[in-house]
Amino acid sequence: MAQARKPSRREVLTDGVKAAGVACLAGLSLTAYVESSRRAEARALPPPGALPHAAFLSACVRCGLCVRACPFDTLRLAELGDDAPLGTPFFIARETPCFMCADVPCARACPTGALDRDIPGIRKADMGVAVLVGHESCLNYKGITCSICHRVCPIRDEAITLEIQIIKGRRMVIPTVHSDQCTGCGTCEKHCVLGQAAIRVLPRELGLGGHGRNPAGRPA
Amino acid sequence: MRGFSLTADARREAVAAKGWLRAHRWWLLRRATQLAALGTFMAGPPLGLWIVRGNFASSEILGVVPLADPFIFLQSVVAGMRPSAIAALGAGLITGFYLLVGGRAYCGWICPVNIVTDTAHWLREKLGLTRDRKLDRRTRLWVMAAAGLASLLTGTIAWEFVNPVSILQRGLIFGLGAGWTIIAAVFLLDLLVTRRGWCGHLCPVGAFYGLIGRASITRVAAARRADCTNCGACFNVCTEPHVIVPALKGNGSTLILSGDCVNCGSCIDACPVDVFEMATRMRPREAPALPVE
Repeated sequence: MAQARKPSRREVLTDGVKAAGVACLAGLSLTAYVESSRRAEARALPPPGALPHAAFLSACVRCGLCVRACPFDTLRLAELGDDAPLGTPFFIARETPCFMCADVPCARACPTGALDRDIPGIRKADMGVAVLVGHESCLNYKGITCSICHRVCPIRDEAITLEIQIIKGRRMVIPTVHSDQCTGCGTCEKHCVLGQAAIRVLPRELGLGGHGRNPAGRPA
Repeated sequence: MRGFSLTADARREAVAAKGWLRAHRWWLLRRATQLAALGTFMAGPPLGLWIVRGNFASSEILGVVPLADPFIFLQSVVAGMRPSAIAALGAGLITGFYLLVGGRAYCGWICPVNIVTDTAHWLREKLGLTRDRKLDRRTRLWVMAAAGLASLLTGTIAWEFVNPVSILQRGLIFGLGAGWTIIAAVFLLDLLVTRRGWCGHLCPVGAFYGLIGRASITRVAAARRADCTNCGACFNVCTEPHVIVPALKGNGSTLILSGDCVNCGSCIDACPVDVFEMATRMRPREAPALPVE
């Protein structure tokens, strides 16, 4: 039998320092890893009714009940290597957009409050905001009235309207997103006819500008 | 014949004494339970059989009964989330259940990583690998504390960013992706670096259920310890051999009372003379339990 030996003071100290070192290193890497996945991702969109990104990660237990509740298989849980934090639900608009079920079954299925079970309706959802990012590739900007994004938009003529603009002397019909109406469902991005969508849903913090410090042009 | 055999060395004497089936009874039950638990979740999408939705982190039985992992729930609370009633109820139900059946029964009877690490240990034995970087088995308590601290500091459910248990069970139910690399790392750690390294020393989920297990009701008992022949089979088969000593060799209760015990029943299987049995705190059968002090 191995005799239980009382460790010397030196052993206790060195072991303690080693353990503390390992714990610090592990804690630091875990924190850095967690922080790195806290940034808003441009591609991976959250389900409707999701808490703001930071709070979402304190609430979502990654159980997938929202994924199971989605009748269109839009949502999935992030695997290692996906854009969203590991195990959290997300969707990629260009692949499968949100079909905007009126009763928001995914949010109602959430057991923790990471998604708002009491969301009054899908029109209140904020999955992101559509932004016409490809001004040089969008067919409407080339004078062709493609306007597919406007036609497929589930909140037609409210979230995206067609506005007549004169650009370089030519009269053009430009799809214009209204961020107060757009839910970020991604139907426009899905159906953009280009190889790479010219209109994309981005998280609001990435997709919208903000008020400047200078109140120019606005009622102060 | 002492030639090559698939049977774990620690169970050979029991197989000789009781036959293969009785020497693997609890093991078979355990594997069946682990596969059934995963299977009921996995049956949903392909078969349209929705007995339960979600995964081990949180689920819903028949659309009614909520279940939630209490360790994840606690991290969420530490991270600053005001718990929903459903999550609290779910976590309470799970805690109550494991208080009944044994805290780390989760590890032995539900967790799919247990199959991975048991396999690693079996292979390690068969290949004769002996390298064992000794870790303190209390390391897992420190990892658990670190996970709590990280949750507090980052305001997220921190351990879920790396938890191999979640990666595997969620991966099997929803899609694994590159998550297999983490599982492979756990397997190789147990196979090549340290004996019973993950479940026995590092996993904070097991450490957490071990805390529940200190108070839980169902326990393995060394009921007929007078019959013990000192063959050592129970120690060799056990994932946490230190838990056996007081019950088998002590003078006190015959119940294995350590929270580290996973209630796997391997000692019951492996004992050629049937010293062990499943019992409860209330009724330790045949127990000549001497009054403490």
